[in-house]
Amino acid sequence: MATGTEPTSQTGATGVHSASRAAIPARHLRTDRWWLAPACTAAGLLAFIVYSTWRAFANADYYHAPYVSPFYSPCLAENCHTMRGGPNWELFGSWWGLSPALLILIFPLGFRLTCYYYRKAYYRGFWASPPACAVAEPHKKYTGETRFPLILQNIHRYFFYFAVLVAGVLTYDTALTFRDENYAWGHMGLGTLIFLANIVLIWAYTLSCHSCRHIVGGRLRHFSQHPVRYRLWGWVGKLNARHMLLAWSSLISVAAADFYVFLLASGAITDPRFF
Amino acid sequence: MSVSQEEQKSGAYQAHFRVWRGDEHDGDLADYTVEVHEGEVVLDIIHRLQATQAPDLAVRWNCKAGKCGSCSAEINGRPRLMCMTRMSVFDRAETLTITPMRAFPVVRDLVTDVSFNYTKAREIPAFVPPAELAPGEYRMQQEDVGRSQEFRKCIECFLCQDTCHVVRDHEENKTAFAGPRFLMRIAELDMHPLDAAPASGLDRKATAQDEHGLGYCNITKCCTEVCPEHIKITDNALIPLKERAADRKYDPLVWLGNKIRRRGE
Amino acid sequence: MAHVDRQAWDVVVVGAGGAGLRAAIEAREAGMRTAVICKSLFGKAHTVMAEGGIAASMGNANAHDNWQVHFRDTMRGGKFLNHWRMAELHAREAPDRVWELETWGALFDRTADGRISQRNFGGHEYPRLAHVGDRTGLELIRTLQQKIVALQQEDERELGAYDARLKVFQECTVTRILKEPGGPGAGSGKVAGAFCYERESGRFFVLEAPAVVLATGGIGKSFKVTSNSWEYTGDGHALALLAGAPLINMEFVQFHPTGMVWPPSVKGILVTESVRGDGGVLRNSDGKRFMFDYIPDVFKEKYAETEEEGDGWYEDPERHRRPPELLPRDEVARAINAEVKAGRGSPHGGVYLDVSTRMPAEVIERRLPSMHHQFKELADVDITVEPMEVGPTCHYVMGGVEVDPDTAAATGVPGLFAAGEVAGGMHGSNRLGGNSLSDLLVFGRRAGLHAAEYAASLDRRPAVDPLQIDAAEAEALRPFSAEGGQDAGEGRGEDAGRETGPAENPYTLHQELQQAMNDLVGIIRKESEMFEALKRLADLRVRARRAGVEGHRQYNPGWHLSLDLRNMLLVSECVARAALEREESRGGHTRDDHPAMDRGWRNINLVCEVAHPQGEARTADPALGQIRLSRRETPPIRRDLLELFEKDELAKYLTDEELSR
Repeated sequence: MATGTEPTSQTGATGVHSASRAAIPARHLRTDRWWLAPACTAAGLLAFIVYSTWRAFANADYYHAPYVSPFYSPCLAENCHTMRGGPNWELFGSWWGLSPALLILIFPLGFRLTCYYYRKAYYRGFWASPPACAVAEPHKKYTGETRFPLILQNIHRYFFYFAVLVAGVLTYDTALTFRDENYAWGHMGLGTLIFLANIVLIWAYTLSCHSCRHIVGGRLRHFSQHPVRYRLWGWVGKLNARHMLLAWSSLISVAAADFYVFLLASGAITDPRFF
Repeated sequence: MSVSQEEQKSGAYQAHFRVWRGDEHDGDLADYTVEVHEGEVVLDIIHRLQATQAPDLAVRWNCKAGKCGSCSAEINGRPRLMCMTRMSVFDRAETLTITPMRAFPVVRDLVTDVSFNYTKAREIPAFVPPAELAPGEYRMQQEDVGRSQEFRKCIECFLCQDTCHVVRDHEENKTAFAGPRFLMRIAELDMHPLDAAPASGLDRKATAQDEHGLGYCNITKCCTEVCPEHIKITDNALIPLKERAADRKYDPLVWLGNKIRRRGE
Repeated sequence: MAHVDRQAWDVVVVGAGGAGLRAAIEAREAGMRTAVICKSLFGKAHTVMAEGGIAASMGNANAHDNWQVHFRDTMRGGKFLNHWRMAELHAREAPDRVWELETWGALFDRTADGRISQRNFGGHEYPRLAHVGDRTGLELIRTLQQKIVALQQEDERELGAYDARLKVFQECTVTRILKEPGGPGAGSGKVAGAFCYERESGRFFVLEAPAVVLATGGIGKSFKVTSNSWEYTGDGHALALLAGAPLINMEFVQFHPTGMVWPPSVKGILVTESVRGDGGVLRNSDGKRFMFDYIPDVFKEKYAETEEEGDGWYEDPERHRRPPELLPRDEVARAINAEVKAGRGSPHGGVYLDVSTRMPAEVIERRLPSMHHQFKELADVDITVEPMEVGPTCHYVMGGVEVDPDTAAATGVPGLFAAGEVAGGMHGSNRLGGNSLSDLLVFGRRAGLHAAEYAASLDRRPAVDPLQIDAAEAEALRPFSAEGGQDAGEGRGEDAGRETGPAENPYTLHQELQQAMNDLVGIIRKESEMFEALKRLADLRVRARRAGVEGHRQYNPGWHLSLDLRNMLLVSECVARAALEREESRGGHTRDDHPAMDRGWRNINLVCEVAHPQGEARTADPALGQIRLSRRETPPIRRDLLELFEKDELAKYLTDEELSR
């Protein structure tokens, strides 16, 4: 028997068309709609990118008391809308002239970009690497995440730390939505519900992160010596099994929260108040 | 549940099969029409083909109960165990295409040369028994062995190795990449509560990255999708292993800690 | 034929299941260059199918357990026909063999204090089976496989080649044991090697070695409904016979009580005994737990008489007797058979095995994951909500190569060893669940050790006889020259006597053999039916001479089956002849016409030998069989071992004369 590790391609063809493999001309023989999932993924991600780019650069309609768009929170530049009691944190002073969203969005963007689920989603959806299981990818060469820039995916855990901070700020923002437009506490509107749903999903997504699972307990060798961390690991594991679902639902909810603020701020609708 | 003999008989139908026949030089899909009875799996049909129409049709199989992982093939382009693929999941009018696994060199018909996997298995350093414990003195808690036990459910059908695009689509990566099954083996050993590799100077986390090609994995999860044992290869083995490698190589705090500790020694 | 490739090794192990791999590890660690040869891929052997566990009296779950209790259970299970020395060695050494696996990386399920968890099983007095869910065999084979790899890695570091001292020839088959021509008459020569072919290429080769360990498993593929895989064609049994070594106890074939019965294509696939060990119960179509009606006298004191008592045992075994669902396998299989015959069976001809009403769904999924999976995938049955349908399936052959208990050396053929299912004697007339995996390890190790010692002790390696190589090659090529097939062996003398008639399809022959054995030498046997079986076997043997195959030698399953037919026909005849001879019912041998156990038969072993060892595996006259049967009295049980039993109990098994000795 051949050792099996020597490249056997002489003809230049590689992959499933290598000389040693079964001679089958088709790149794949799948009969199901394998393209549907990557196509939907790509479409969904693309839609979000278009929307979020527009909203991030808009630098307008992101605050309508008591709601601040999650795209603009915390607001780190002086050119921010002043939000009473809100997440203004003018670290960048007055020199920053662009949309303040760009300063903060880097972190959730980086978190999601290096997220183990989103990596799968865009490697499949955009890179076709692979487009679907057992469907040959179009690339001649493949080195995966072994070299720059993709080796940087390994810094996912740092984005996770930032994502926790951002989620904390968004929790604060959500608390602020229990005020009315005159900043009086003890009120609720439809926006409050939207923000509540969003923050729950954001936390669930953030905590279901694989890096989080590793940090809370996965890195341990002896669970039995760390019962609390073992239990935490178990909970995070349960969330982690739904990481994909949470990734999408939190993506949609954050866009929805932003869009709701946009509708309010642009005057298209008024916030239905409950009390 | 009560099905009379008659109904069982009438459940039989003629199915259309295209089976890849050939060897390392050449081959093609051959068409067959073959009888199918109620409750049968694809491997039953392949056996009927052997017994009635193609006695020299080469197929590898053993237990026919999804326990040995021998009858791996691709059914309608999807890597599967033939013994665990029921005919009832397909439309009766559908033509089923059966090919050998397409990531490995073909031997004949549905049989492939899977020696790649045995070569890789040898490259993974074995379990290192703790020197201070005699046989019978091992004490491990169930929660500590649970993770590795999941990976030890592996029946070595090599479907994950077959579907993984890193080697399926790039023959040249076979040298550098161990594949999901054997990266999972490293994770299994690294999570083994009594593996003494660290004491023997072997850092499985770092070698996974440096010697066994963990970085090639782009976690697109096809290995998990095809696993007949439903092992969460990506979520429970490969990603945790990547995180463990990151501890070693990309976490400055851990790196600094190790530096200081080493100096102290 | 000198062109056949030859390789020299010290020890050749045939079979890469639990026994074979354990033997290989031992032989290699004893310093011998060891070759393992197996029909399947490395790591796929039938051992992976074992589910329940490894019986070893470690006493982790119940501190009262020890080797004496295990010995007692084993002897009772085998109805005292076991070779007592094997049962003793087995019970004594099993714990060490299990603990050793942990040092090679095995991960068994654990007790609360971190030791190896042990579960209940039929016939075992205490929870005794070390297990990993219901996939213990997989854990065993993988651990041994990984230990072999570890040894190969050592060799690679030391000698630069993984295969230097331990090599696995996977997907290769042995068709003949080669011997140095001996003194006058047959069977006096020493083992010199094995004649093999590579399945992938069809290429022949010879492994020269002074010691050969047979570890080929069983014979189940001679039966239609079986839990065994295609490999179980009785190769080792036949190789030993043809080499001149006798088989014993071949009439004892274990029908596992619970195999799947539906759908037809999976009929026979095993449903692990752990289902019952963990609380599953058997019911007939009236919903009755019928096993309470089938407790035989010899077991009356040990088993519960009411459902309440039986159910209480799972929680509090000290103050309850065990439920009769956990009787030894032969008893349960016969009971199921009787219920079905009495018209109280399930729609597909089995009975109901139910866990769904006995424990919560999540417990079932945790404790019996592969059963849950197996029924879901193959039968569309969710065992957490509905009962399984089960019936007896051919599972294990107690009979096998007669061996020396301490060294595993086969009788009469120096250099030949046997371990595991292919060896006879250990389990007597019926094997207890869980005793197989421990048998593999205990006697696999012994076989490897003594094969190594034997090989090292020779001052001269026995020489392979070129004539035997030629004959083996001609025999292996015959299917290609059968009428209607290609002519690959033209002009050879032995083909001159070829019977007339069309070429036979080996698959058809195999199906007819399986049907005959299933119907006529199955779980319940009758004299007339066994006569009929012998007639059909003789007819099949003649037709098998004409088994022809198409195509070439490269990975040709039809050819492989044609060659395996020889072995299946040989062992089937052993089973039928021995079963006809033994006029009593005991363990895995039930005679309708002699339903009682007879103490006079207890110390009688039936010995099968080939009538013409040097000749072809055939005779011109179909009435004359290939097997010569004789009786042999077994050695008396050592006194201190007998004293482990109550006198009353012994009186049920031993004759008065034996007792007074």
